[in-house]
Amino acid sequence: MVSAFKNALTSGKFVVTSEVAPPKGTNLDKMAHHIELLKDKVDAMNVTDHQSSVMRFPSLGGALLVKEMGGEPILQMTCRDRNRMALEADLLFASQRGINNVLCLTGDAVMFGDHKEAKGVFDLDSSQLVAAIRRLEKGEDLGGNKLDGNVSFCAGAIVTPEANPLEPQLIKFEKKIEAGAEFIQTQAVYDLDNFKGFMDYARQFPVKILAGIILLTSAPMARFMNKNVAGVNVPQELIDEMASAPKGRALSKGIEIAGRMIKRVREEKMCDGVHIMAIGKEEVVPEIMAAAGLD
Amino acid sequence: MIRSITQQKPEEELDQLLEGLGRIFIIGCGTCVTLTQTGGGPEIAKMKEKLSQKGKMITGDVVVPVACDNLTRDALDEYGGRIDQADVLLIMTCAFGVQTIARQIKKMVVPALDTLFIGKETSLGEFNEICTQCGTCILGETGGICPVTSCHKGLVNGPCGGTNNGKCEIDKDKECAWTLIYNRLNELNRLDAMRKLQKPRNHQGELSPGKWRLKLETRNP
Repeated sequence: MVSAFKNALTSGKFVVTSEVAPPKGTNLDKMAHHIELLKDKVDAMNVTDHQSSVMRFPSLGGALLVKEMGGEPILQMTCRDRNRMALEADLLFASQRGINNVLCLTGDAVMFGDHKEAKGVFDLDSSQLVAAIRRLEKGEDLGGNKLDGNVSFCAGAIVTPEANPLEPQLIKFEKKIEAGAEFIQTQAVYDLDNFKGFMDYARQFPVKILAGIILLTSAPMARFMNKNVAGVNVPQELIDEMASAPKGRALSKGIEIAGRMIKRVREEKMCDGVHIMAIGKEEVVPEIMAAAGLD
Repeated sequence: MIRSITQQKPEEELDQLLEGLGRIFIIGCGTCVTLTQTGGGPEIAKMKEKLSQKGKMITGDVVVPVACDNLTRDALDEYGGRIDQADVLLIMTCAFGVQTIARQIKKMVVPALDTLFIGKETSLGEFNEICTQCGTCILGETGGICPVTSCHKGLVNGPCGGTNNGKCEIDKDKECAWTLIYNRLNELNRLDAMRKLQKPRNHQGELSPGKWRLKLETRNP
């Protein structure tokens, strides 16, 4: 069965994805609220997998909730916490329950999270996880054994267009596509002229690309990302613009900037869509989309 | 030369390990731990002083030449009496030395050090891990730099997204293995090796615990 998200990717429309984060615990009220807000507005929503190595309700459970609520989930899977057997098993379960979109990630190092003495697994890497999905679809697991029943996925991965040095990242990006990635959600991009340069290169590959848009919530937050998040580079003029917002209006300014960027990506047909990350502020995603003229 | 790299255990942990044990014999080693200044003569002298202040009695001490060598037993023989008097052996060598001594002498052992990795002194006073002895060597495809050891996540298909300015996401004093490999292969004009999609690693190359026997040639009768 072809997923609704895959249909959107191949339809030629400007695709919009966003994300929801499972809670620390079993209270799914807030997550359900975000799903309710977004499910009819975006083409699909990523469900994060122990983001920043912080133990949470599982992405598989979150994706199931999205599905049950009538949304289109993209299951994020990192290679940090599960070996190949556990990853394959979760993929079988996901497929069986109608979760057919997967974003394959390596995963942050364990030490950044809240279980600092846990073992980091990394039995597979992100490109090998994509390849594993393609192999499962052929009816065979990584041990070479036949599977009873079919699976089908729309598999994707990520790239950091502003990585430094860039070339090693691009080699990995090409390997992910070779492994079978159909879509790529990028790390946050802010300098769209730079991003156009990346797209000039990326267009040669048979893969759909969604530009990563992280909502800026304040000037200090932008500076923090520049200092601490690999491959994220908020230009000084955007930081200045955030700083110029009147007291209490920084978030509105961030929404305006995100909307403006998405509009430009769309109008100039830079890539196939956007992936909006409003980390912790999911409720404003509809406002960002409105600011981008997407509603 | 390849070395066993160690660091001293936290004082609190050592205090706990030595609780109720009043008489202590201390053993250091003249090889790796002397180089890393964790178990040579000066470190033993400091340890003796510290333990004496805590009311422990040091029945004796020695720096054996190579603790992990079987000859260590002979080196310890002449201290037999002093070792007998001790409640415990406090061993300021790497874990190989601790285990060798534990096998040879019927006494409880307490390691004073944590063994961090097998590595090499790459510049004066700096030690780097170079091989995790995984049993499935891929150096032939990476320009001789080991990502299994040098990449925090042991990735074999290129860098993760956490690398920044050629450094590792876990520590900006650590090089990103894949930046190093990229630079090396680029220099050798062999980036094609990095472009090859590597299959998942075999993590059972040598089933732990490692054991290997020299295959002696069988003679025809």
